[in-house]
Amino acid sequence: MLDVFTQLADWLAYSVIGLSANTKLGDAVHFFIEDVSKIYVLLVIMIYLIALLRAALNVERVRDYLADKNRSLGYVLGSVFGAVTPFCSCSSIPVFLGFTSAGIPVGITMAFLLTSPLINEVAVLLLLSLVGWKVTLLYVLVGLLTGILGGIFLDAIKAERWLRDFALKALQHAQQNNRIDIPVDKPPLTFKERHQFARQEALDIFSRVWKWVLIGVGLGAALHGVVPNGWIEQHLGAGQWWSVPVAVALGIPLYSNATGVIPIMESLLVNGLPVGTTIAFCMSTVAASFPEFILLKQVMLWRLLGTVFVMLLVSFTLVGWTLNAFSALL
Amino acid sequence: MKDIKVLGSGCTKCSKTAEQLQKVAKELGVEANVTKQMDPQVIMHYGVMSTPAVVINEQVVHSGSIPHKEQIQAWLSD
Repeated sequence: MLDVFTQLADWLAYSVIGLSANTKLGDAVHFFIEDVSKIYVLLVIMIYLIALLRAALNVERVRDYLADKNRSLGYVLGSVFGAVTPFCSCSSIPVFLGFTSAGIPVGITMAFLLTSPLINEVAVLLLLSLVGWKVTLLYVLVGLLTGILGGIFLDAIKAERWLRDFALKALQHAQQNNRIDIPVDKPPLTFKERHQFARQEALDIFSRVWKWVLIGVGLGAALHGVVPNGWIEQHLGAGQWWSVPVAVALGIPLYSNATGVIPIMESLLVNGLPVGTTIAFCMSTVAASFPEFILLKQVMLWRLLGTVFVMLLVSFTLVGWTLNAFSALL
Repeated sequence: MKDIKVLGSGCTKCSKTAEQLQKVAKELGVEANVTKQMDPQVIMHYGVMSTPAVVINEQVVHSGSIPHKEQIQAWLSD
């Protein structure tokens, strides 16, 4: 079914523009046209369909649900909900405080917030269509585990000590069973409401991510066109141990959301970069980004912020090493 | 005189919401004082988790999106 886009790219790159399929430039332009057209069409259709299904899911419901769960289950659910619940990253502070003032432990809240940028329906969809189900599955599992283990770790070190005063007070207040109850009684949605929500979501998300796709695919195409064939494979293909921390460090100053980085991921994998190094690089780009971290400063002390940051870098490095070690089995 | 607060962390949607509120208030000739609140403590105080949210005379009437024109008209003509 996805052949249409290859044919479209064949036609545009080779017939209309008149490039040769054997040149680096032709290769790069072909990659660019095929990926951009494919991603745009898939995005709009899939966001709409998924939004129809999850129209009734929102952060308020998730909070009420998580507040009643026991701890160990909480980390897993927090992480899973982080992946499936839609919310704009500009809402992460209100969400953090909303969870906290409902008495949800910091670790569970952070599991939610850490997984959220890494996994979402757009990311999964792009991964499936660009790099296949095996890498997709790995990516999702690793993303969920990062959230779960990160959350457990933060609670183990009593991270709430390093919250800002007002946030800590809200948490303690709620945990002494004085939870501020804000009931969310919403009637079940009609199909028309679901359709409206889904249409709005598709428009919103598309208008937010289209440029990231363009940049991501553009960089991916540039990789195709500029890096000599076999260079990456020859120098980094064996999964040299140092290449993983370097990839993670490179990802820090780069700031992108998952949508922009996945086309680059495809290009890196095609060029022979091992899967562990690739995933470590992408996760670092998406999750360990300064703009989002600085936001969290409003509710956390530097100490906690630094701890979370280092924790992420260490876990992505470990992820990279582990996956590279086992990649022979994939 | 209506006291209207737009709660949000300063994203574009929040500014648009405030603009839209001011515009509709003007059209309807309703006196309204629209302010933007970005302090996380204030946002928490209202129990809001999805921004932008709209508070009219201390009542949260909306959260999570830019409100439609019809919604704003309804709030303002109350």
